[in-house]
Amino acid sequence: MKAARFDYRRPATVAEAVAALVEDGAAKPVAGGQSLGPMLNLRLARPSTLVDVAKIPGLRRVEERADGVLYGAAITHAEFEDGVVPDPTPGFLARIAHGIAYRAVRNRGTVGGSLVHADPAADWPTTLTALGARVALAGPSGTRELALEDFLLGAFSTALEDGEIVTGVFVPRCSAGARFGYRKSCRKVGEFAEAMCAVLADDVRGVHRLVIGATEGRHIVVTEAKGVLADPRLLDERLASAGLAADPSTLRLHRKVISQAIEALNSESLPA
Amino acid sequence: MGTAARGSSVVIMQETSHESRKGRGVGASIRRKEDARLLAGRGRFIGDMRFPGQLEAAFLRSPFAHARIRAIHIPAHLKGRAFTHADMVGVKDILARTGLPGFRVSAQPPLASGKVRFAGEPVVMVLADTRAEAEDLIEEIGVDYEELPANHDMLRAVEPDAALVHDEWPDNVFLVSQTDRHFDAGTLAGAPIKVTRKVRTSRQCMSPLEGKGCIAVYERHVEQLALWTSTQMPHIVRSGLAECLGLDTRQIRVVAPDVGGGFGWKGLLQPEEVCCAWAALRLDRPVKWLEDRREHLIAAANCREHHYVMTAYADTDGTLLGLDAVAHVDAGAYSVYPFSACLEGAQVVSNLPGPYNLPAYRCRTTSVCSNKPPIVPYRGVARTGVCTAMELMIDAVAREAGLDPCDVRMRNLVRPEQMPFTSITGKDFDMGDYPESLRRAREMIGHEAVRARQQAGEADGRLVGLGYATYCEQGAHGTSVYHGWGIPMVPGIESCGARLTPDGTLEVRIGAQSHGQSMETTMAQVACEVLGIDPAQVNVVHGDTAMTPYSTGTWGSRSAVMSGGAVASACERLGERIKRIGAHLLQAPEEAVAIRDAEVVGPAGSVSFAEVAKTWYLAPQNLPADIHPDGLDLVAGYRPTVDTGTFSYASHAAVVAVEPETGEVEILDYVIVEDGGVLLNPMVVDGQIYGGTAQGIGTALYEEMTYDEHGQPLASTLADYLLPGAGEMPAVRIDHIQTPSPNTRFGQKGIGEGGAIAPPAALGNAINDALKGLGVELSMSPMTPRRVRAAVAAAREGAVS
Ligand SMILES: Cc1cc2nc3c(=O)[nH]c(=O)nc-3n(C[C@H](O)[C@H](O)[C@H](O)COP(=O)(O)OP(=O)(O)OC[C@H]3O[C@@H](n4cnc5c(N)ncnc54)[C@H](O)[C@@H]3O)c2cc1C
Repeated sequence: MKAARFDYRRPATVAEAVAALVEDGAAKPVAGGQSLGPMLNLRLARPSTLVDVAKIPGLRRVEERADGVLYGAAITHAEFEDGVVPDPTPGFLARIAHGIAYRAVRNRGTVGGSLVHADPAADWPTTLTALGARVALAGPSGTRELALEDFLLGAFSTALEDGEIVTGVFVPRCSAGARFGYRKSCRKVGEFAEAMCAVLADDVRGVHRLVIGATEGRHIVVTEAKGVLADPRLLDERLASAGLAADPSTLRLHRKVISQAIEALNSESLPA
Repeated sequence: MGTAARGSSVVIMQETSHESRKGRGVGASIRRKEDARLLAGRGRFIGDMRFPGQLEAAFLRSPFAHARIRAIHIPAHLKGRAFTHADMVGVKDILARTGLPGFRVSAQPPLASGKVRFAGEPVVMVLADTRAEAEDLIEEIGVDYEELPANHDMLRAVEPDAALVHDEWPDNVFLVSQTDRHFDAGTLAGAPIKVTRKVRTSRQCMSPLEGKGCIAVYERHVEQLALWTSTQMPHIVRSGLAECLGLDTRQIRVVAPDVGGGFGWKGLLQPEEVCCAWAALRLDRPVKWLEDRREHLIAAANCREHHYVMTAYADTDGTLLGLDAVAHVDAGAYSVYPFSACLEGAQVVSNLPGPYNLPAYRCRTTSVCSNKPPIVPYRGVARTGVCTAMELMIDAVAREAGLDPCDVRMRNLVRPEQMPFTSITGKDFDMGDYPESLRRAREMIGHEAVRARQQAGEADGRLVGLGYATYCEQGAHGTSVYHGWGIPMVPGIESCGARLTPDGTLEVRIGAQSHGQSMETTMAQVACEVLGIDPAQVNVVHGDTAMTPYSTGTWGSRSAVMSGGAVASACERLGERIKRIGAHLLQAPEEAVAIRDAEVVGPAGSVSFAEVAKTWYLAPQNLPADIHPDGLDLVAGYRPTVDTGTFSYASHAAVVAVEPETGEVEILDYVIVEDGGVLLNPMVVDGQIYGGTAQGIGTALYEEMTYDEHGQPLASTLADYLLPGAGEMPAVRIDHIQTPSPNTRFGQKGIGEGGAIAPPAALGNAINDALKGLGVELSMSPMTPRRVRAAVAAAREGAVS
């Protein structure tokens, strides 16, 4: 279980990182290494070069704006958890970060790495989609921005193009009274979820979003979720078409986790 | 966890006990001596070691569970670096014979020969300067396989049309073990209660923190092959290795440095050890292999897979009338050295009745040969499986009879007035009050309050359940028992070397091996108990065949009893010699002096051990010429007065909350009332119980190595093979009863494995208790969320339709 040979580069800027990726099509970015590391050791990923983006200043920036916060892609789960970065929500981000894996993983793992890894059962993709986050990308042909639900194309699949990196993620500001409900069913602490659901109810802004993760493919995203919040059974059809109702117990699992997430809107709406 | 509440406990000390040991001898919870290095990260494990000129091995392992090897293609430039079975001329297969009639011997070649019999079996050994380079080279090697049907399910593997794992065998059966004691089907047919259940325990991986590893190096100055290896049983590995390599035992030294847990996985001679030793001799260079987690999961360390069909017969009041069992153990492809493929099966037959009065019993256990890694005895060995099976049955009987499971246990447990008791399978329970352990557990868990809470229901819709399990743990069983089980290693008298060094400090040398059991501390406490010497002045030397007397090693919950007894014997004998010299220095008759506090005390003064030692070694002119020539260095032996083993026992009680739709199980409370006899160090015992319980919780709820129909292991990383972590451990509460064993030196009993035995039963019963109202009963470990919710959904959807 040792990685195959690779070269290692540590570019100083986003432009250098993109250039390094363009120069060598078999190169791959690495940030915290918490998803890529195991793949390297199992020799499932065999990049010629690792382009380390974790310390690039542009990816470590945090920009607070009136309408939200833009986080550099290399901000770690631990930095969210510890509240060392500003939070445009009433404490949701720290709470989510706290529930990711173990502290050792959170110390290194980054939000950008998590989004690019695009595991449907991971925490950031589901929760940030529920919060209406947008991804900032930089590549050989410039920069662009995508809504997270458009960036995440399916299990372990994203809209990232060759030579492109995620530079940041923008999380819109919630109103003070916004409520967030989040539930995941995991076999143990820090394990990937077997079912998960995140719900945002921001009445002041008129935003109600519900996202179901731990799917086989793309997340189930409900952008106008007021109706399903009142009657979650309306989601049954979408669960079925996503292959999550294959057997009765799986359907009941997802239903339960969805209803727990909706119930949690009330019990867990206060800042952590 | 160290602050867990502890109830009253009775400590019965030996008469030799006296003030001056200042609470450091037997029975004292002194801190672990080995922690000074281990907690500071200063231990020395195989992974920390590197010899000059060392090569590292990686193994090309079979991708198939069952296949014929047609050809192996090794590029020319790998000559001298890549080796197959054909290169290992003269090396013998690993053979674990047993004396049991009908046992089929499987020859395990260190590298696959002709056929591969499980996915992960080593086929080619490749050596390079580093492991990573060796893994690169492996990719250049090709093997042509002809895939054969794989036996992935033990119940299928015994059918007549199953492919044969060993071509020369008539079927895939290592051995059928059976017993029939007073079982009269005719009479039992009239029993008012009759319940039949199937129980299955999954295959597990033993997962010590440190994997297996070894370095073989030829030591020219002593003309010995030294095998540094992460083992529990250095002397056994030495004998097995000598046999495979065709060397005299004297030509081999086996050393276990710090070992990070074993649980049975390190109680074997491993094929990789044979390969490294052979290569070190062949190349005259040190050769190292360090098992990685993936190898650990897929290629070897498997255990626990049992299947039972049982029928219990009982009276309306829950009194057991008889038990009928047909069991299968998936023993894997080969019989491991030295425990064999049949230890589990033999234990199933003899231990299934557990701590109960059972008037009639019949059991037939088949040890099945399959295309999976060999089964290895894991902490608790078969007792975890039998306890799960038996205790789920007790609850099933209770449900059928409409009684509380705790009452049914109470009715059937062996009673104190029956002690010493011989069970229906001939087990001689030493002493104890089994019902008392259950009564205390019932009280500690708050039985009535939990029942009331169940009645009231939970606000969040979860279901609360209460479960019990009582078991006994035979430990330190000796010659007669193992001779009966027929394995190639029969333990006898245990030895200890004791040596007073020239400055009056003490070395005790034991052939057992401490890999987490705290023996560097507890054995020093035993020396303190006998000689009054401060444990800090005692060095416990272990794990090195060159420095220690022979021992079968640390396994079977034996070391506290066997090594503990041997250390006491050696220290007593050494004490006599110290007294002889001390008496001379004190000018007093030998009968008039005694040992106290590391001093020889006479009527008119005392001399310290230091003075005695200094005189003997460095100033012998001060001793008479005719002084007895036996010096301050000796080996003494020990065995308990009865060698059929100690019987520690415990009752576990668990409260769980089950979310029926998601299947999630939370352990709300967990109590253990254990009788380990006299505890050498109660803190160490608690540590053993906590650790064992964590593993038992793994068996109950998390750990499972599944195989697909091609015999492919489906959990090759810890993302798929789930081990309980700190977050999954409840704050276990422990209480001790201390009934001394009449047969051991201090009244101590073996307790090392117990924690791992009962949790699947206690938690399984608690989960079933929670789900009782839904008409759901599970009988397979681990009880994963998936299994729980599937059973609930089936019941609910069934009820709807
Ligand atoms: C034991 C363990 C438990 C875990 N449990 C959880 C859990 O409960 N919940 C959870 O959500 N996650 C969990 N994770 C995953 C963890 O959160 C990872 O940190 C995260 O998925 C990846 O982030 P990273 O920075 O480590 O990315 P890396 O591993 O470095 O990279 C992951 C992928 O993203 C790419 N990449 C990284 N950064 C960029 C970038 N800026 N632009 C473009 N591509 C990039 C890499 O090329 C790679 O393909 C766990 C991980 C471990 C090891």
